[in-house]
Formats: sequence, structure tokens, C-alpha cells
Amino acid sequence: MNILNLFKNKTFSHGIHLPDKKEHTREQSIRRLHFAPELIVPLSQHFGAPAKAVVSPGQEVVRGQVIAEADGFMSVPIHAPASGVVKEIELYPTAKGPKTEAIIIKTWPGASQRAASFEPVNIASLSHEQLIQAVQDTGMVGLGGAGFPTHVKLSVPPEYSIDTLVVNGCECEPYLTTDHRLMLEKTAELLQGTSMLMNALGAKQAIIGIEDNKMDAFNAIKSHISGFEHIQVKAVQTHYPQGSEKLLIKVLLGREVPSGGFPYQVGVVVQNIATITQLGELLPSNQGLIERVVTVTGTGVNKPGNYLVPLGTPIRFLLDHVGFSGNANHLILGGPMMGSTVASLDVPITKPVSGLLVFNEQSVEKVTDEIYPCIKCARCVDACPMHLNPSILGQLASKRQYEPMMETFNLMDCFECGCCSYVCPSNIPLVQYFRIAKSVLREQPREEA
Amino acid sequence: MIELRTSPHMKGALSLPQIMRHVIYALLPICVFSIYQFGISALVLMTVVTLSCVLTEALFNYLSNKKNSLNDYTAIITGILLALTLPPGFPLWMGAVAGFVAISMGKTLFGGMGFNLFNPALLGRAFVQAAFPVAITSWTPGGMADRFTQFIPSSLTIPFTAPTNTVDSFSGATPLALQKFEATTTPNSDLILGFSSGSLGETSSLLILLCGAYLIIRGFMGWRIPLSIIVSTILISGIFYLMDNTYPSPLFMLTSGGLMLGALFMATDPVSAPVTPMGMWLFGFLIAAMTIVIRLFGGLPEGIMYAILFANASVPLIEAIAQPRKFGQVATKKSGENK
Repeated sequence: MNILNLFKNKTFSHGIHLPDKKEHTREQSIRRLHFAPELIVPLSQHFGAPAKAVVSPGQEVVRGQVIAEADGFMSVPIHAPASGVVKEIELYPTAKGPKTEAIIIKTWPGASQRAASFEPVNIASLSHEQLIQAVQDTGMVGLGGAGFPTHVKLSVPPEYSIDTLVVNGCECEPYLTTDHRLMLEKTAELLQGTSMLMNALGAKQAIIGIEDNKMDAFNAIKSHISGFEHIQVKAVQTHYPQGSEKLLIKVLLGREVPSGGFPYQVGVVVQNIATITQLGELLPSNQGLIERVVTVTGTGVNKPGNYLVPLGTPIRFLLDHVGFSGNANHLILGGPMMGSTVASLDVPITKPVSGLLVFNEQSVEKVTDEIYPCIKCARCVDACPMHLNPSILGQLASKRQYEPMMETFNLMDCFECGCCSYVCPSNIPLVQYFRIAKSVLREQPREEA
Repeated sequence: MIELRTSPHMKGALSLPQIMRHVIYALLPICVFSIYQFGISALVLMTVVTLSCVLTEALFNYLSNKKNSLNDYTAIITGILLALTLPPGFPLWMGAVAGFVAISMGKTLFGGMGFNLFNPALLGRAFVQAAFPVAITSWTPGGMADRFTQFIPSSLTIPFTAPTNTVDSFSGATPLALQKFEATTTPNSDLILGFSSGSLGETSSLLILLCGAYLIIRGFMGWRIPLSIIVSTILISGIFYLMDNTYPSPLFMLTSGGLMLGALFMATDPVSAPVTPMGMWLFGFLIAAMTIVIRLFGGLPEGIMYAILFANASVPLIEAIAQPRKFGQVATKKSGENK
């Protein structure tokens, strides 16, 4: 559509171009954060059934030890992020709102950063089922923000075969630079993890897709890639939401995942950079996920950067160590387009949290802006990457006509990327309307004849 | 105090009042050229019509206890656009009536901005076309020597009396009327630059095109509808012209009458136009086809107004067949077959 696109890297149609705001943290190498006096480790940090605690109050734990085990296949275990003693197991506020059960660990002052070591595993010798089990045992979930258990994503139904593993290095959300730093600093682990998963899936090739605002990472991978002949790295246009897996598959392979379907239906599995890098480290040493890289940035932070944070670290502790100016009134976990705000500084960092954005009063944009009626300017229609019609969806939502939204206008294909709300000149909170509509529709009993 | 909000937490810079302000900026050169051509009658008529629109909107806001909606500038735009479609010597009181009807029946009756089915300016124009058929077809040639010092006599008609001087030395037929009723073709250069008689703002198609292009390039307006109207007009009238060259040429069709103003500033009123890309193409084609049919085979010399109003009424039908193909739609069928 845009002639200039012919000269740029490949991309998908629609979507939006955002200011990337990554300049404050993209040069900041990953720094390790020390242990908070108390870690709050929720039993539900992933999509699926909460883990079951296997420790009890008063019990001593060692960093890396399993403290909660997976409750079924749609669940993952949880490991102690630090050595210490279990103080109690109680309900605790989380980022999503409702309180969930959390194990509270009082860490030993000056506890070692070394995790408990286990017998190393020869990944190549494992059968497919054993490997899936090994991935589940690491407690790994999608670290890009979804929190979907990784082993479930790798368990492709037998009637499908996978030919390509796509490694998602887009990091299309503004502000976030965790994947960027990992690609630069952990290139070897990334490639190792990629080839491990390729074998596990029986895939013929792997493609690492990187947005072209991170060409240093692209070059870093390129220079390490010589030993891995079936792994390619490709630059794609910096274009939100390029990191959405269905769009990335379309751009890299030209395949369209069916509506409501999964990537394996077109022979693809997508994994995030951070997930693969971590697996590359954890799988061979048989260890569990106990920490993750978090980008801490925003106008309310004096020392923005990328921090390796033990899971369960309360936001308050993290903020104290990044020179928090104290008057933040807008805290976002995740990216600015799809992340959620938190109400309490006691909320802990959990597995899917890739960023903590802190904004103070001056920088809070346009909160009080007036909402005007929809003028049908069609900007949202041209922005929606799923090619829906947010204009008509929004009008139906304001009249609470939820059924036609789903049946005629494909509401359920919306993944809440936020493009429509971003471009709306009338400031209509479209994404919020759609979220409400979806939850109302989900709660309605299905009338099946 | 930590605020809770829902994603997305970033917002594009473009706002509705900003878009509307720029539409007004884009209309100003057209207004200035109109005043240059038709003098104080044009200036006062534009002022009266716009004021009538703004006051009507304020009145209805007051009557219906709605909050002030004048700060979105849309009433001003309706006023200016309506004035630009009126003949230069149109009686001022009739202009005020047109403005009142445009806002009251064209906009507030439907629920205000964003809810109107028809372009309010054109609805006002259609009303006065029916109510005052003589005044609305009395044209004054541009560039009269005393235009900056004297009103065109018919402008100052006392309300509810017949306009004075409608048919005499002052009248100058429009290019479309000359073509239709007298088989005289106005030179293309005059049509493009605007040295012909016509409504206040329709004479210079080049100026209108440039002003519209400004809005499109700055991203304040879509490009599909104007492009669709222009391309469809060239194609359809080109076919007629090739079959029989006594029909007017595509260039004449494009540059005469209100087609350019309609294509760039009337049909592009987003509220009364489709939102889907395919719908916009169909909408533009429908307008072009209707306009040409009315111009060539109808009883009126000009048809763009009725064509746009007709297309406005067809929007729900157009949208019903033009919904976009969602991502992953075709693939669903394929995978269904595989299973």
C-alpha cells in the first residue's frame, strides 16, 4: 500500500508505527538484582492450573529447589528463587487483580546466588516425551508476556508435523529491551536453545525474526550462526504488533494461521527469545526458572536499565534499587500497549513480566481527554492487524449488543493489541469495550440445542 | 496515588478537534478565492450560513440539555461547506434557513455529531433546492467590477418576498447548464482555474484538489473515496465519450459543477461514508455513476448532491457486503477440508 515499503524489510498489513522509546535502556547491559528480604512467590504465575505447594511454613528451602509442583499437564512447577525459610502461604494481591495463594520466603541475609545443582542431562539422548517432561520440570512459561506453559506449546497433536521453529525476537512493544539485551549478551545460549527445540520438534529449520531497530542484535546472531546450518536470522520491519506470533509467521513464512487456530496447524511453533535463551541454559543443567530479565524504565525512574530479578521480588524493592523518585502514579507491568497497571507496590515480579514502566504525574498522557462519538473515520479499520472492523464493534459494544459482535464481526479474533484505541481520534476506549464484551460473552451459558 | 488504567497506555497524537480544525484550514483558501471572485456577497453569505449553523447547534444543545458540542468545530465545517454549494447571489435569509435545516434536520435530529445518516450540509442544500428552486438556480458571473463594494441585489432580498433581479443582466449560466441546455462547452482552463460561474466554492477544481490533497497528505482525511470518485468518473464518462463524442469529455465531467468539491469535501464526511476499504471504493463508484447518469440523462444539469445523498442512504447496504476479510479466514476453510 505504501510505496516506501518496497524498500524496507518485510512486514504485515495494517498495524501502527509507534515511537519506540527504547533509547534509555537499550545500551544498558543486564545487571543482577540482589535478594529482597521477603520474596512473594505466587502459585499461579502462568496460564493454566495453579501449582500445588509442597513446602510448609517454617521449612527451609534452597535456591532452585521445587517448592510447588505442577497440578496436571496445564500447569508448571515453581522453584525457590532464593534460599531461606518459608514464612507462610497466604493469599496475596497480584497484578491481575484477584488475590492468589503465594509462598512467602524469608531470604537468608547474604544468601548465595548459586542455585542448587542437579545432575546434568544429555538433551540429545531424551525421547520426545522425556524432553517435554524436562521442559515442564523447568517451570518454563512464555516469557514474552503470555505466560503460557512452554511444554504445552511444544506438545503438538500427533496429526500435525512441524517444519519450522520461529524464534520471536521482535520485541515490538515500546520501552522494552529485555529480548534485545539477551540477544546481545546470551547469543550462544539462544542458538543452543534454538537447536535443542528444533530437534525436539523435529523441525527442519528455525528462523529468528528480529525487528530492524535492533540491527546490532541481528549482527551479533549472524556472527555466531556459522555452526548452526539450519538456523536463519531475518530482519523484519519495526512495526507494531509484529511480535504477535500469527503476524510474525505470516511475514516470515507467508502462512496464515487459521482464525481461532494454533500455529502448529501451519507447521510452525513460535517461541520467544527469552524463553528459548532460558531453556538453553536450564535444560542441560536440569534447573528450574528462578529469575528473569526485566526492563525497568519510564519517567519515574532515575536508573533505567535491564535487571536480572529473582521471581517474587516485590515491585517496591525493585523500585528502591533503581532510584525511584517516589511520586509515580502510573505503574505498568509489561509493555505500554498490552501491559496492565498495578495498584499496589507489594505486587511481585512473576514469570511473564518483561517490563516495569513507571510514570510520574507530568508524563501521564491525556488522561482527561474528552471522549467524542465515533465519527467513522476508519482509522481503526486501517490499523487492526486482524482486519476486523473496530468501528462497528465499538458502536455495538456501546449498545451492549454483544452477540452480533461475536457472530457477525469476529470479536473473538481480537487479541487486544491496542492499535484501534491508539489511533482513535475520538478517544474511544475500544479495547476496554472489547474486553468487557468478551468476558460477558464468556460468562453467558452457551445455548446449545 | 497509583492510578489504575487499562491498556493501551499510549495514545496517538491525533484528536478529533485537531482533524476538524485542519479541515477548516483547508477550506479557507477556497473561501478566499470565492470572495475574490464574487465579492462581499460571498463573504456575507458564508458568514450568515455558518452563524446560522453554529447558533442552531447551540440552540438544540440548550433545548436538549446536552453539553456544548461547538468545540468539535463540526457545525462550523457544515456551515462553510453548505455556503460553498450556494449560488453567489443567494438571498441571505434563505442561506440562514438552509443552515438551520442542515443542523436541525441533518444532524441534531439524528443525535448529533457521529450519528447523522446524511451529509448535513447537503441535506440543507437539498432542502433549499426544493424550497427555493428559482433562487438556487440563479447564477452570477464571477469577477464583476463592483463586487467588493456592492452586494449582488438578490442577496439582500427581504425575507418571504421574491428575490429581485433573478433573471437579467446578472444571470450567468453554469458550465453544466451551458453544456446541457445550450450545447456550449466552457474551456477546460476556465474550469480548472475557476473562471466560470457556479456556486461559491465549486468553481476552481484545481484549488479544491490542492486543498483536499493537503488533508490527505497530512493524514487528516482518507484517500480512497476521492480517488474512487475521480477514477470512476473518468472511466464511466470516458466510455460514453468514446462511444459518442457529443457527450462531454471526462475532463469536463471532472472539473465542472460541484464534482470536485463533492469528491473531496462532501463524500469524505466520514460519518455518512463507509468505514471499510471495499465499502469506500463502492461508495465512490456509486457517487460517480449516479452523478453521470443525472447529468447526462436526468432533468437537472448537476447531480453530485443527489448522488452523494443517495450513496449516504446506501451505506448500510454497502457495508453489509464490504466487511473486510479477517486474518486467517480463508485458511479456516482449508484446514476444515483437511480434517
